[in-house]
Amino acid sequence: MNDEHPYTTSSQTVGPYLHIGMTWLVTDDLVGPGVTGDPYVIEGRVLDADGAPVDDALVETWQANAFGRYDHPDDRRDLPLESGFKGFGRVPTDASGRFRLRTIKPGPVPGADGAMQAPHINVTVFMRGMLKQLRTRIYFPDERANASDPVLATVPAERRETLIAKPVGAGQLQWNVVLQGEGETVFFDY
Amino acid sequence: MTNRSDAARPIGYRIADEGTQPEYLYPPYSSTVKRSPSQPLVRLPWSLSEVTGPLFGFDRIMANDFDLTKQHAGDPIGERIIVSGRVLDANARPVANTLVEIWQANAAGRYPHPRDDHDAPTDANFTGCGRTLTDADGRYRFVTIRPGEYPWRHHYNAWRPAHIHFSLFGPAIATRLVTQMYFPGDPLLEYDPMYTSIPDERARKRLVSAFDWETTIPEQALGYRFDIVLRGRDETPMESDR
Repeated sequence: MNDEHPYTTSSQTVGPYLHIGMTWLVTDDLVGPGVTGDPYVIEGRVLDADGAPVDDALVETWQANAFGRYDHPDDRRDLPLESGFKGFGRVPTDASGRFRLRTIKPGPVPGADGAMQAPHINVTVFMRGMLKQLRTRIYFPDERANASDPVLATVPAERRETLIAKPVGAGQLQWNVVLQGEGETVFFDY
Repeated sequence: MTNRSDAARPIGYRIADEGTQPEYLYPPYSSTVKRSPSQPLVRLPWSLSEVTGPLFGFDRIMANDFDLTKQHAGDPIGERIIVSGRVLDANARPVANTLVEIWQANAAGRYPHPRDDHDAPTDANFTGCGRTLTDADGRYRFVTIRPGEYPWRHHYNAWRPAHIHFSLFGPAIATRLVTQMYFPGDPLLEYDPMYTSIPDERARKRLVSAFDWETTIPEQALGYRFDIVLRGRDETPMESDR
């Protein structure tokens, strides 16, 4: 690249005291009154290379509503928006590395070149000991569209299940973030 | 022809410039060793999922959120400073109306946080948390106190340089940025593994704020300028398979 432009600012870790600046915007229940969709409680843990819980992580989520519409000006498709659903979640992990989020299953959204993507939640993870964010996705179990999802298709088959939440009860899903090693979560670059 | 309303081929964001971003694994910062992925990241093609993101409005911001010296009954201890700057994208366009969150230690280098057991005084008049939205020109401004350096036990005689944590969203989840602002002339910077994790020395130096006469208020507060550049939209959309 030889064009003149300002250089992107470098990332730095959130450090261990992120709660001071970020707790005010904690959003662990995305489902406001009158929101369409199947509610789910998604619970999981963030684990390091030793399987030790990461008790100072922050998990942020971003998703479409039940109609598959993102509440954002770049999504200009003629699909309903609902004032009770913004699509953003932010939850810190607790002493056992656990986070918990209540949301709805998003509708399908188009992928690159028009192939529809299976319902998914975009996840960004921050923590002490991480110099820049990690990005991943949560997919839903028992979802036929997973088989034709263009992103899952690019992930090595043996690692695909790290992106798919496990049912643990009615409306309850479990999905862990494994940072390194056995069962390491698939992380994305974009 | 591609345009941003084409849901199937949204315009993506430029990759951050070479050398500007740290790697996940940087052994001099030892906590990265067990918290960094060992597998290569999977590159995603751009879809609406990555080029959209949460947008926040003034309904979430309170009047004193930008002034960390006015959030309690009395004045905090320490040197008052003005921290301001512009948020631009990598195409040199201002990033307007975007949320900027900051947090920092007090003047003694102590955080009001249960995990901070550094033997330095807390300050009931300073909790070290602020937020604001950029204006139409991408400008932001905080009033705060200069944070102290503090020891962090990472290695023998380890001290963090004075810093303010910044968190920004920009227009998409692809532009999300968390960083730290440092102060000019800080002798601790070259010993700090977070600072040195950035490969390109010029990029590192851009995290160091500049003393600024323009925003210094006579007999009141020194000004420091810290401009931030978020990723910019790719302006050559047909190169979608870079």
